[in-house]
Amino acid sequence: MGRVWTQVAAWGGVIPFLLFAVIFLLLPTMNIIIGAFQSADSAFTLSTLAKLFQPHLVASFWLSIKVSLLSAALGVLCGFLIAVAITHGGLPAWRDPVLSFSGVAANFAGVPLAFAFIATLGRLGFVTVLLRDWFGINIYGAGFNLISFWGLVFVYLYFQISLMILIIIPALDGLRREWREAAEILGASPLQYWRMVALPVLFPALLGTFALLFANSFGAIATAQALTGSSQSLITVQLFAQIRGDVLQDPYVGYAIAFGMIVITGVANAVYIILRSRSEAWVR
Amino acid sequence: MGALTAAAPAPPARAARARSPVWSRVCVGLGLLYFLVPLIGMFEFSLRKRREGYSFDAYTAVLSDPQFQATFLYSVVMALVTIVMGTLLVLPAALWVRLRLPKLRPVIEFITLLPLVIPVIVIAFGYIRQFNTSSFLPLLGTVSGTNLLLAFGYSTLALPYMYRAIDNGLRTLDVRTLTEAALSLGAGWGTIIFRIMVPNVLSAILSGAFLTFSIVLGEYVFAALLDRPAFGPFMIALGGNRAYEPAALAVITFAITWACMGLMSLAGRLPRHARTPR
Repeated sequence: MGRVWTQVAAWGGVIPFLLFAVIFLLLPTMNIIIGAFQSADSAFTLSTLAKLFQPHLVASFWLSIKVSLLSAALGVLCGFLIAVAITHGGLPAWRDPVLSFSGVAANFAGVPLAFAFIATLGRLGFVTVLLRDWFGINIYGAGFNLISFWGLVFVYLYFQISLMILIIIPALDGLRREWREAAEILGASPLQYWRMVALPVLFPALLGTFALLFANSFGAIATAQALTGSSQSLITVQLFAQIRGDVLQDPYVGYAIAFGMIVITGVANAVYIILRSRSEAWVR
Repeated sequence: MGALTAAAPAPPARAARARSPVWSRVCVGLGLLYFLVPLIGMFEFSLRKRREGYSFDAYTAVLSDPQFQATFLYSVVMALVTIVMGTLLVLPAALWVRLRLPKLRPVIEFITLLPLVIPVIVIAFGYIRQFNTSSFLPLLGTVSGTNLLLAFGYSTLALPYMYRAIDNGLRTLDVRTLTEAALSLGAGWGTIIFRIMVPNVLSAILSGAFLTFSIVLGEYVFAALLDRPAFGPFMIALGGNRAYEPAALAVITFAITWACMGLMSLAGRLPRHARTPR
């Protein structure tokens, strides 16, 4: 009896945590995964997953993947340029303000972010009206539309770039000055230094952050919902409608969509975790 | 989506070169334009409610809207419950991992990363399937049960941030010595956790708490799918049928996010007592 209590005490602090994780994280997720492989009479089947290949679902998955790939790639590129400009471009005074601001901007996501962009670039937005009244440029007449694929990517960049800056500045700090000096002494141009020394060292961090940003926007829905309603039918928007029961279809399709999403974000995050541990080996 | 990496303390300033090249100014300039113009835009737009000239009418309209008050209050209470719940779950676990079960660390860290891996909408969907009226835990059967479930859901979303903050806080303490000293003086585990660890890692808890607060306040998917009257769904509804009020809401939310992040970094600088010199 005494031994049992010693065991309980040994595990005491983690028991609530593990119980919580099992009940409120693992069980619900398993429920979805199992559901994706079940038919209505609880028998094992692959026919539920096969429903993923309906054209409109494939199109939604593809749209989500495109938005996420593009916003992640552009986020990595722009965030990297800004971060390099601050750490290596002779603007050290900007460092702390930019880091603080990025912390805020990365968390200023969801519904309010969409509102901010509608107020700025919507049909009556601040910039739209400014360009029209002061410069005679009608951007909507020229084919611009915020409520579109590119509009969505443009808005997502707000949190993607900030997240990139937050993650990549510490990695850039890890580039030792000796490496640059050694390269310079050996006659390397700045471009050669970046191409042959810095970028290879940073590569895992860059690719890892790319994967993180991808997963970040792939699972997002609130911004898209507030910005485009359901005109851009991302896979999250489809799943949301399924769960809400707005779409009268086979209920099992919801399981299949959710399972597909877990697989995609799971892969993206696995890439991130593996590459992050590799990049840390260099940066330390 | 929150930032995993809160602003890291600046390392020793690297030798700044005297001049800043054109390209770096262009990059930062374009960045400033992209990030600041929408903020100016939403502010300008939020002032346009009255036809003749600028006014704060949109703000008065929003702030006096009983729906706003009710949903905002609901989400604030939810955020506070989430913070308490998250701390109670994470602090003992992080402590035990340091003291007694270091082998469990990868497992705990993996679990705390899961909410970032599994999309929120999938977790919410899982809740609807798992806790319906025919389940072993029919939380969705009653209103208070659903509220509780929403708080649990928010706690899972907070896990990554709370765990990282608290674990970083514990790292700066000599947890083992403190615990052994307390135990040999006759303290129980409750005393150790609430009267020794909590005050010592308070700044870490607070910095996780402010991040959690700003995430929960604007959260949309969970609340909408569990059909609770939270602030996120209210914002979406307002966006659908008003013109200027949403911009005012965005300004208010931005100010709150800014305040949370400011308080978070302020909390990180609180003096800690009983810190072991290392």
